[in-house]
Amino acid sequence: MRAVDQQAGPYGEFEAFVAGAAGRLLHVAVLLTGEPESARRLLADALARTYANWRRLRADDPYDFTRHELCAAFARTGWRHHGGSGVLARLSPPERLVVVLRLYEGLAEEVTAAQLGMPVERVRVLCNRAVSLLRSREAA
Amino acid sequence: MSGLPDRKEAQVKQLLEGPYPVVPTGLAAGAAARGDRLLRRRRALRRFGWAVLFAAAVAFAVWASLTRPWAGPPTGISPPLEGW
Repeated sequence: MRAVDQQAGPYGEFEAFVAGAAGRLLHVAVLLTGEPESARRLLADALARTYANWRRLRADDPYDFTRHELCAAFARTGWRHHGGSGVLARLSPPERLVVVLRLYEGLAEEVTAAQLGMPVERVRVLCNRAVSLLRSREAA
Repeated sequence: MSGLPDRKEAQVKQLLEGPYPVVPTGLAAGAAARGDRLLRRRRALRRFGWAVLFAAAVAFAVWASLTRPWAGPPTGISPPLEGW
Protein backbone atom coordinates (compact mmCIF):
# COMPACT_ATOMS: atom_id res chain seq x y z
CA MET A 1 0.00 0.00 0.00
CA ARG A 2 3.06 2.21 0.17
CA ALA A 3 2.91 2.98 -3.53
CA VAL A 4 -0.68 4.14 -3.19
CA ASP A 5 0.40 6.72 -0.67
CA GLN A 6 3.29 7.81 -2.83
CA GLN A 7 1.36 8.16 -6.04
CA ALA A 8 -2.38 8.41 -6.01
CA GLY A 9 -4.50 7.47 -8.98
CA PRO A 10 -4.91 4.34 -11.04
CA TYR A 11 -1.26 3.98 -11.92
CA GLY A 12 -0.18 4.02 -8.28
CA GLU A 13 -2.76 1.40 -7.41
CA PHE A 14 -1.77 -0.70 -10.39
CA GLU A 15 1.91 -0.48 -9.49
CA ALA A 16 1.16 -1.59 -5.94
CA PHE A 17 -0.92 -4.48 -7.25
CA VAL A 18 1.86 -5.60 -9.61
CA ALA A 19 4.46 -5.32 -6.87
CA GLY A 20 2.39 -7.62 -4.71
CA ALA A 21 1.00 -10.12 -7.17
CA ALA A 22 3.44 -10.34 -10.09
CA GLY A 23 5.66 -12.98 -8.45
CA ARG A 24 2.84 -15.41 -7.90
CA LEU A 25 1.27 -14.71 -11.29
CA LEU A 26 4.61 -15.22 -13.01
CA HIS A 27 4.97 -18.52 -11.19
CA VAL A 28 1.56 -19.54 -12.51
CA ALA A 29 2.60 -18.53 -16.03
CA VAL A 30 5.87 -20.45 -15.79
CA LEU A 31 4.00 -23.53 -14.57
CA LEU A 32 1.67 -23.26 -17.56
CA THR A 33 4.19 -22.60 -20.32
CA GLY A 34 7.26 -24.30 -18.92
CA GLU A 35 9.52 -21.61 -20.36
CA PRO A 36 10.30 -18.29 -18.69
CA GLU A 37 10.34 -16.19 -21.84
CA SER A 38 6.81 -16.96 -23.06
CA ALA A 39 5.59 -16.87 -19.47
CA ARG A 40 6.83 -13.30 -19.16
CA ARG A 41 5.14 -12.35 -22.42
CA LEU A 42 1.88 -13.98 -21.33
CA LEU A 43 1.93 -12.13 -18.02
CA ALA A 44 2.79 -8.79 -19.64
CA ASP A 45 -0.17 -9.16 -22.02
CA ALA A 46 -2.53 -10.05 -19.19
CA LEU A 47 -1.32 -7.14 -17.05
CA ALA A 48 -1.75 -4.70 -19.92
CA ARG A 49 -5.37 -5.77 -20.24
CA THR A 50 -5.81 -5.50 -16.49
CA TYR A 51 -4.55 -1.92 -16.59
CA ALA A 52 -6.82 -1.10 -19.52
CA ASN A 53 -9.80 -2.34 -17.47
CA TRP A 54 -8.57 -0.94 -14.15
CA ARG A 55 -11.37 1.60 -13.68
CA ARG A 56 -14.05 -0.89 -14.60
CA LEU A 57 -13.06 -3.65 -12.19
CA ARG A 58 -13.28 -1.56 -9.04
CA ALA A 59 -15.40 -4.15 -7.27
CA ASP A 60 -13.64 -7.18 -8.77
CA ASP A 61 -10.33 -8.60 -7.67
CA PRO A 62 -7.60 -7.54 -10.09
CA TYR A 63 -5.69 -10.72 -9.25
CA ASP A 64 -8.61 -12.88 -10.37
CA PHE A 65 -9.04 -10.79 -13.50
CA THR A 66 -5.37 -11.06 -14.43
CA ARG A 67 -5.27 -14.79 -13.78
CA HIS A 68 -8.39 -15.20 -15.87
CA GLU A 69 -6.82 -13.26 -18.75
CA LEU A 70 -3.60 -15.24 -18.38
CA CYS A 71 -5.39 -18.59 -18.48
CA ALA A 72 -7.62 -17.54 -21.37
CA ALA A 73 -4.59 -16.42 -23.38
CA PHE A 74 -2.82 -19.68 -22.60
CA ALA A 75 -5.91 -21.68 -23.58
CA ARG A 76 -6.01 -19.85 -26.93
CA THR A 77 -2.33 -20.42 -27.68
CA GLY A 78 -1.77 -23.57 -25.64
CA TRP A 79 -0.87 -25.75 -28.61
CA ARG A 80 2.23 -23.60 -29.07
CA HIS A 81 3.48 -24.50 -25.62
CA HIS A 82 3.50 -28.27 -25.97
CA GLY A 83 6.60 -29.60 -24.32
CA GLY A 84 8.72 -27.09 -22.50
CA SER A 85 10.95 -27.98 -19.63
CA GLY A 86 8.84 -27.22 -16.56
CA VAL A 87 7.40 -29.46 -13.89
CA LEU A 88 4.29 -30.03 -16.00
CA ALA A 89 6.16 -30.67 -19.26
CA ARG A 90 4.46 -34.02 -19.85
CA LEU A 91 0.94 -32.70 -19.49
CA SER A 92 -1.25 -31.37 -22.28
CA PRO A 93 -2.26 -27.68 -22.13
CA PRO A 94 -5.78 -28.36 -20.73
CA GLU A 95 -4.29 -30.67 -18.08
CA ARG A 96 -1.81 -27.99 -17.09
CA LEU A 97 -4.58 -25.42 -16.78
CA VAL A 98 -6.68 -27.70 -14.60
CA VAL A 99 -3.75 -28.70 -12.38
CA VAL A 100 -2.61 -25.12 -11.88
CA LEU A 101 -6.07 -23.71 -11.18
CA ARG A 102 -7.27 -26.60 -9.02
CA LEU A 103 -4.15 -27.55 -7.10
CA TYR A 104 -1.85 -24.55 -7.15
CA GLU A 105 -4.46 -21.78 -7.01
CA GLY A 106 -6.88 -23.88 -5.00
CA LEU A 107 -10.01 -23.05 -6.98
CA ALA A 108 -13.09 -25.21 -6.59
CA GLU A 109 -13.93 -27.67 -9.35
CA GLU A 110 -17.01 -25.64 -10.32
CA VAL A 111 -15.05 -22.39 -10.56
CA THR A 112 -12.33 -24.04 -12.63
CA ALA A 113 -14.92 -25.55 -14.94
CA ALA A 114 -16.66 -22.21 -15.39
CA GLN A 115 -13.42 -20.41 -16.08
CA LEU A 116 -12.22 -22.94 -18.64
CA GLY A 117 -15.64 -23.40 -20.18
CA MET A 118 -15.82 -27.16 -19.70
CA PRO A 119 -18.09 -29.47 -17.72
CA VAL A 120 -17.19 -30.26 -14.12
CA GLU A 121 -16.86 -33.93 -15.04
CA ARG A 122 -14.13 -33.12 -17.53
CA VAL A 123 -12.24 -31.06 -14.97
CA ARG A 124 -12.32 -34.02 -12.61
CA VAL A 125 -11.12 -36.44 -15.27
CA LEU A 126 -8.32 -34.14 -16.43
CA CYS A 127 -7.21 -33.51 -12.87
CA ASN A 128 -7.13 -37.19 -11.97
CA ARG A 129 -5.22 -38.08 -15.13
CA ALA A 130 -2.72 -35.28 -14.54
CA VAL A 131 -2.19 -36.29 -10.93
CA SER A 132 -1.51 -39.91 -11.80
CA LEU A 133 0.80 -38.86 -14.65
CA LEU A 134 2.79 -36.57 -12.40
CA ARG A 135 3.03 -39.16 -9.64
CA SER A 136 4.16 -41.89 -12.04
CA ARG A 137 6.88 -39.60 -13.32
CA GLU A 138 7.95 -38.78 -9.81
CA ALA A 139 8.14 -42.45 -8.90
CA ALA A 140 10.14 -43.34 -12.01
CA MET B 1 -14.13 -37.68 0.82
CA SER B 2 -11.53 -40.41 0.94
CA GLY B 3 -8.07 -39.72 2.18
CA LEU B 4 -6.16 -41.31 -0.68
CA PRO B 5 -6.86 -38.79 -3.48
CA ASP B 6 -6.18 -35.98 -1.02
CA ARG B 7 -2.77 -37.44 -0.27
CA LYS B 8 -2.01 -37.78 -3.98
CA GLU B 9 -3.12 -34.22 -4.61
CA ALA B 10 -1.01 -33.01 -1.72
CA GLN B 11 2.04 -34.64 -3.31
CA VAL B 12 1.36 -32.86 -6.59
CA LYS B 13 0.76 -29.60 -4.75
CA GLN B 14 4.19 -29.93 -3.21
CA LEU B 15 5.58 -30.45 -6.70
CA LEU B 16 3.97 -27.22 -7.86
CA GLU B 17 5.22 -25.13 -4.98
CA GLY B 18 8.50 -23.38 -5.31
CA PRO B 19 10.15 -20.02 -5.08
CA TYR B 20 8.60 -17.30 -7.18
CA PRO B 21 10.64 -16.44 -10.28
CA VAL B 22 12.29 -13.04 -10.43
CA VAL B 23 9.90 -10.45 -11.80
CA PRO B 24 11.54 -8.40 -14.57
CA THR B 25 11.94 -4.75 -13.66
CA GLY B 26 9.66 -2.30 -15.37
CA LEU B 27 6.90 -4.87 -15.74
CA ALA B 28 4.27 -2.56 -14.25
CA ALA B 29 5.40 0.45 -16.26
CA GLY B 30 5.48 -1.50 -19.52
CA ALA B 31 2.09 -3.09 -18.88
CA ALA B 32 0.60 0.30 -17.96
CA ALA B 33 1.96 1.87 -21.15
CA ARG B 34 0.52 -0.93 -23.27
CA GLY B 35 -2.75 -0.79 -21.35
CA ASP B 36 -2.95 2.94 -22.06
CA ARG B 37 -2.36 2.30 -25.73
CA LEU B 38 -5.07 -0.36 -25.67
CA LEU B 39 -7.48 2.07 -24.01
CA ARG B 40 -6.69 4.80 -26.49
CA ARG B 41 -7.24 2.46 -29.41
CA ARG B 42 -10.53 1.30 -27.92
CA ARG B 43 -11.65 4.89 -27.38
CA ALA B 44 -10.69 5.88 -30.95
CA LEU B 45 -12.59 2.89 -32.31
CA ARG B 46 -15.67 3.83 -30.31
CA ARG B 47 -15.46 7.43 -31.47
CA PHE B 48 -15.13 6.26 -35.07
CA GLY B 49 -18.17 4.03 -34.70
CA TRP B 50 -20.29 6.87 -33.32
CA ALA B 51 -19.10 9.17 -36.11
CA VAL B 52 -20.11 6.62 -38.74
CA LEU B 53 -23.50 6.16 -37.09
CA PHE B 54 -24.07 9.92 -36.93
CA ALA B 55 -23.02 10.40 -40.56
CA ALA B 56 -25.38 7.63 -41.64
CA ALA B 57 -28.26 9.23 -39.73
CA VAL B 58 -27.60 12.64 -41.31
CA ALA B 59 -27.30 11.11 -44.77
CA PHE B 60 -30.57 9.27 -44.30
CA ALA B 61 -32.35 12.41 -43.09
CA VAL B 62 -31.11 14.43 -46.07
CA TRP B 63 -32.04 11.69 -48.53
CA ALA B 64 -35.51 11.29 -46.98
CA SER B 65 -36.24 15.02 -46.99
CA LEU B 66 -35.22 15.25 -50.65
CA THR B 67 -37.02 12.24 -52.10
CA ARG B 68 -39.95 12.04 -49.62
CA PRO B 69 -40.48 8.29 -50.06
CA TRP B 70 -43.59 8.40 -47.84
CA ALA B 71 -45.48 10.60 -50.32
CA GLY B 72 -46.87 8.16 -52.89
CA PRO B 73 -46.64 8.89 -56.60
CA PRO B 74 -49.44 11.18 -57.88
CA THR B 75 -52.33 9.17 -59.26
CA GLY B 76 -52.94 9.63 -62.97
CA ILE B 77 -56.59 8.62 -62.68
CA SER B 78 -59.16 10.96 -61.14
CA PRO B 79 -62.29 9.51 -59.48
CA PRO B 80 -65.50 9.47 -61.52
CA LEU B 81 -67.38 12.76 -61.33
CA GLU B 82 -70.94 12.19 -60.01
CA GLY B 83 -73.83 14.15 -58.47
CA TRP B 84 -73.75 17.32 -60.54
